[in-house]
Amino acid sequence: MKKYDVVTTISYPKKGAQGKTGNWRVFRPVLDKSKCVKCLQCWMFCPEATIIRNKDDTISIDYEYCKGCGICANVCKVKAITMEREAEK
Amino acid sequence: MTVIINTGNYIAAKAAVMAKPDVVAAYPITPQTTVVEGIANYVDTGEFKGEYICVESEHSAMSACIGASAAGSRTFTATSSHGLLLMHEMLHWAALARLPVIMCNVNRVVGPGWNIWADQNDSISQRDTGWIQFYCSSNQEIFDTVIQSFKLGEHKKVLLPVMINYDAFVLSHTSMPVDVPEQREIDSYLQKYKPGWKLDVDNPITFGNIIGPAYYEKVRKAMQDAQENAKDLIPEIAKDWKKKFGTYHGDLIEKYKCDNADYILLAMGAIGAESKVAIDELQKNGMKIGLARVRTFRPFPKEEMLKLGKQADLIVIDRNISIGSEGALFNEMKAALYGKSDAKAYGFIAGLGGKDVTYKDIEIICKKVVSGKAKDFEWYGFEGA
Amino acid sequence: MAVKDLPMEECILAGSAACPGCPATLGLRMVLKALGKNTIMVVPACCTAVIESLYPNTSFDIPVMNIAFEAAAAGASGVEAALRMQGKGDTTVVAWAGDGGTYDIGIQALSGALERQTNFIYICYNNQIYSNTGIQRSGATPYAAWTTTTVGGKKEFRKEMGDIIRAHHIPYAAQACVSYPEDLYNKVKKAKGIKGPKYIEILAPCPPGWRFGMDRTIEMGILAIETGAWALYECENDVMTFNGKSKLILEKKIERKPVEEWIKHQGRFRHLFKPGRDEKRIKNIEDYTDKVWERYRKCYL
Repeated sequence: MKKYDVVTTISYPKKGAQGKTGNWRVFRPVLDKSKCVKCLQCWMFCPEATIIRNKDDTISIDYEYCKGCGICANVCKVKAITMEREAEK
Repeated sequence: MTVIINTGNYIAAKAAVMAKPDVVAAYPITPQTTVVEGIANYVDTGEFKGEYICVESEHSAMSACIGASAAGSRTFTATSSHGLLLMHEMLHWAALARLPVIMCNVNRVVGPGWNIWADQNDSISQRDTGWIQFYCSSNQEIFDTVIQSFKLGEHKKVLLPVMINYDAFVLSHTSMPVDVPEQREIDSYLQKYKPGWKLDVDNPITFGNIIGPAYYEKVRKAMQDAQENAKDLIPEIAKDWKKKFGTYHGDLIEKYKCDNADYILLAMGAIGAESKVAIDELQKNGMKIGLARVRTFRPFPKEEMLKLGKQADLIVIDRNISIGSEGALFNEMKAALYGKSDAKAYGFIAGLGGKDVTYKDIEIICKKVVSGKAKDFEWYGFEGA
Repeated sequence: MAVKDLPMEECILAGSAACPGCPATLGLRMVLKALGKNTIMVVPACCTAVIESLYPNTSFDIPVMNIAFEAAAAGASGVEAALRMQGKGDTTVVAWAGDGGTYDIGIQALSGALERQTNFIYICYNNQIYSNTGIQRSGATPYAAWTTTTVGGKKEFRKEMGDIIRAHHIPYAAQACVSYPEDLYNKVKKAKGIKGPKYIEILAPCPPGWRFGMDRTIEMGILAIETGAWALYECENDVMTFNGKSKLILEKKIERKPVEEWIKHQGRFRHLFKPGRDEKRIKNIEDYTDKVWERYRKCYL
């Protein structure tokens, strides 16, 4: 990544540019691996790219940045993902 | 070197084409139109090989230039009056983005009512945008300044857009002979454009996202520093041009017969040229008066003003008015002198609405000051001059 | 094109400033999967300009130029011309704007760029409001919707932007929806392979703007299609093809659901149901939607 000398509004790509957005969560998605059929709908519909697609098409969740919107749970056809309240953990 | 006899606009077009911008944005407005038409002719003959974008408004003209410049290309456009006003938002954008867009602005009256003749309110009202501003007084100066502006704006210590202003009709539509260097001389003078930053798929950046207060202030300071650098570079560039091509129009200011002067007249643009004739007449009749034609309004030549103030009392003619205050050159000159000079300062508003200002008018103004009859600030022709 | 075939590369990095459940971010993520890294974006004032996050960082891993609200298409014309002059004509230039910057303040520049045959893809993500400034009405806001500037419900029907775009007779114009990602991916891929101006409008159901739970973004998009409130179609060289459920509705192979099935879930239409049903306005919406589809059938069947 080349950085420019000129002082103007030039920003460089960084993961977590707005901070650890995982802190925004009220509910967190929890995956029941036994139910997952690897359809990858959750991966496709996650706006944040915090559903990580593994090499074998299983998924992992990036809790550092997941905002807890619940779309993944909503689109999961087999209800393998449930939204659980953060505060209770 | 070839001599071309043509109007200020066609000369500006020739200079723009010789600078070989990648992208030109074109939109018509009287009395700028023949600049972009001139370039269109060069598109047709093949002499201009860049992209000529016929945009649908001046706001889009500047936006397209900003896009092209951000992508790493040399760009040019031209406008006047309402067109300049319409792109006001984007003038700020180009300067804050540190993109060296080069633009000719034909100084034309702002309406309503519709008035196509010369006055400087259009460009003067853009003085806060961060653009470097030149005011030309001859077609040769227009040619030279357009090419020099590419060199200045693109300089890594500047990286700011540059506006080359000249009076409507008096210059834009008046033919004068101009010495034009060979294309290969211009090529070697300007060299390839090296952007300060650019949109590049191999080095992705986001330009212009949300920026906090402290960071923003740094951007502003950097722009100010860049204009300070320009103040040093403009005389160097003018001197270098004189050596290479033989023509010279002063640098930040152009002094004319100021030796031993008790009074120095300051003016910009065509009135500056006309003033030379007035000075000759006045000096013939024994008045000790010289001319300092202000060529660069931004950056404002503060130090030059002080030097003038140490020598003589100052008379300023402004072809613009900031309603509720004074003429811009008068106002800023006094600010430069404040606390550092005993020079008396007299300001005159003349030529608004395109009203002709002849050497006779200028002589009357100067005589009024010298005879002690002038007030500090006057509207010429309104107070029984 | 199946889900598994979608490219792995993420051009939008996690940890952006987007609202949870944001359809704009999702839409852009999908678009960039279709376009890849050899893309330069021009983004006017809109939610995305904020989603990029704060200087000196950005969440976007491709070159982006932010520009003034009305200027996206004009800026894109400039970028495209410059790239072509530099021999980089294979880089895809995208203008990515909201409905405000497309239907209203940006329509002049858009029309100009289309007429000028600028070789770029103009993508409007349509959340039917000025979302970034806090949910004000735009030319894309549907009839009777609450916004902060149409508190009792908008009195006018929305603009048919698709009609305006198609009047420019550009090589490719399409409507899509974030809830149908394979369809969107295919449309973007197709646009990428066509030279000239292309326009894609993506319906983007906005949780805070439309007032529904942030987990239901995809649901709201599906219902919009199923009720006929939005249509999926492509227009290639003036030949119109409807897609998916929209095609079935056009051909009357299925009945479109009543629009009520879509709006009853959205707080922005709450005043049509509580305290009592506003039968008149609900009927106006249904009649209008019928008219739209009758017009589609007359022109394109």
